[in-house]
Amino acid sequence: MRNIFKTSYVQDIRLFEHAGHYFWYGLLLIAVFAAPQIIPQFFVGEMSLVFVYAIAGIGLMLLTGYTGLASLGHAAFLGVGAYAHNYFVTKLGIPFPFALVMAGFVSAAVGIAFALPALRMTGIYLAIATLAFAVILDQVFSHWGSVTGGFRGVPVARPNLFGWPMATETHFYYLCLVVLILVTLGARNILRSATGRAMMAIRDSEISAQSMGIHIARTKVTAFGLSTFITGIAGGLLAHKLQFVSPEAFSIILSIQLLLMIVVGGLGSLHGCFYGAVIVAFLPQFLALMKDVLPPSIGQIPGLQGGVFGLILVLFILLEPYGIYGRWRKIRLFFEVFPLYRRATFKRQRGYLKTERMR
Amino acid sequence: MEVLQLLIGGVAQGCVYGLIALGFVLIYKATEQVNFAQGDILMLGAYVALTLMVEARALGWDVHLAFWIALPLTMVIMGGFGYLLDRTVLRPIIGQPQFAVVILTIAMGFVFRAAAGAIWSTESQTLATPFTGKKVTLGGAVLGAESLAIIAGTVILAAVLYAFFRFTRIGVAMQAASQNQLAAYYMGIPVKVIFSLIWGISAAVAAAAGVLLAPIATIDPEMGFIGLKAFAAAVIGGFGSLPGALIAGLMLGTIEPFAAAYGTRAGLPKGVPEVSAYILMLVVLIVRPQGLFAQVYRKKV
Repeated sequence: MRNIFKTSYVQDIRLFEHAGHYFWYGLLLIAVFAAPQIIPQFFVGEMSLVFVYAIAGIGLMLLTGYTGLASLGHAAFLGVGAYAHNYFVTKLGIPFPFALVMAGFVSAAVGIAFALPALRMTGIYLAIATLAFAVILDQVFSHWGSVTGGFRGVPVARPNLFGWPMATETHFYYLCLVVLILVTLGARNILRSATGRAMMAIRDSEISAQSMGIHIARTKVTAFGLSTFITGIAGGLLAHKLQFVSPEAFSIILSIQLLLMIVVGGLGSLHGCFYGAVIVAFLPQFLALMKDVLPPSIGQIPGLQGGVFGLILVLFILLEPYGIYGRWRKIRLFFEVFPLYRRATFKRQRGYLKTERMR
Repeated sequence: MEVLQLLIGGVAQGCVYGLIALGFVLIYKATEQVNFAQGDILMLGAYVALTLMVEARALGWDVHLAFWIALPLTMVIMGGFGYLLDRTVLRPIIGQPQFAVVILTIAMGFVFRAAAGAIWSTESQTLATPFTGKKVTLGGAVLGAESLAIIAGTVILAAVLYAFFRFTRIGVAMQAASQNQLAAYYMGIPVKVIFSLIWGISAAVAAAAGVLLAPIATIDPEMGFIGLKAFAAAVIGGFGSLPGALIAGLMLGTIEPFAAAYGTRAGLPKGVPEVSAYILMLVVLIVRPQGLFAQVYRKKV
């Protein structure tokens, strides 16, 4: 077991805690950069979907996992990003990287415009408001034909990086990978800055955060803006991945999938976004494969995918509320302290119902 | 007369919203859990009723007899289902953040939908009740008997629930448990059992709403999405107030058909009538976050 003896504040917020992290993350980096040369083309395409989901997951994680504001309508911001990006690229002819960032800003603007009045609400009310907002945005997508193509949707061309068309899946893979790395580093840096720590303080206790001098409303709006910005960027990439944007791609089902991603991965950890993204991206493929193996009475159920997603979510909340990342930490600790592991180490502190009726 | 027809249809739809919202509020008031699967429990209730009706008709029973046996039986079955749901799935996560319950119930909804699709197929089906297709002429307006049945059913259910909470021992115990769990527990009220009972009642009310709704809609696994609109009603009503939920449900139900009928003439953009419920909810949430008929207590630090 490695005990890090921290002697300074700077040490506490270092990007990598110890030399081992450099090694393992370096190895991971080499692996993902080398992967397209090794794995089949089909999986390269699937991996880029994982990356896009992971970016969106980081966006939602900042809001839900780190600031404690639940959003049941994040797919709508993904949609805003997708439509805005496509509009900028095809109608206005803006180069790809700028269009992507601008799509992020449009999404953030919509998010902040929603957050400013909505942040008077807390807890469950906010979650419901995001849901309602997503339903309303869905109608906007369907009826604002000049920008969104209405119900029928619009086709999206392959990305074109300053005249260099990214024709193959491998090109797109690297594009998503680079954006994902930038977003991850950005999110990691935000989280160790004053803003990020203020966000976590608000998540843990709003009252104590306030008494420490944190401007609650401003921090929450910042979190909303950052979250929707990142989600918007993911939306732009998703548009290219799907090669087609239409309103039903950004329905409540996708919002739930995003939530599932961060809950199953592990709320309150950036690692969790990645684990969750892998599950959400690969589960449909896995189910499609299982359809041939399972007896038709089970394999042919319509809505099987939704049901399996739901079941996984139920089981995780009941049995492992900290998600895959939490389970991994437990396993690691078990081996680190081998004969001395105690179940109670990770036990939840609060065993009683914390009322939210009092405000 | 068009207005009267729209009004009755809207009130009937509103009654269904109100009944589902009632289920939300019952659970929230007592246990502070938000049950997003309420709409899907309604869907299951409708399917159970459908199955019972089909079985009863196969026995050669008359449609009236079949319906009046199937309705209470469905409520009992779904009540038991709600009780067991709380006992097995929700009780273990008491004490976890409220958000966990929200995700859990949403996920349960997905599971229910898939299960319903597997058991009863995803094709739309219709439930034949004694009211189906009957018309009542009232002052020149032709009204569907289904709509009137929904209104009557809601009034009866609301009255029964009112009497239950007001006059029975267990109803008063439920009120006590919802006001202060700890104090109720000290007074010897079995709070956990009460919670499960509340879930049972809520599921039974949803099932009744499902049976009442079935004649004016079709039964399919997706019909639970009506729960989202009922949710809007519960929020507008203040989420802690039973009459508020009913009134807000009626309000939404009546606004919708009028928005659809006169919305475009009044110059509303396309798509607004479909989301009028949500727009209203957002406005209420922003202007009066605690809802129109709220009971909010302030914590003193």
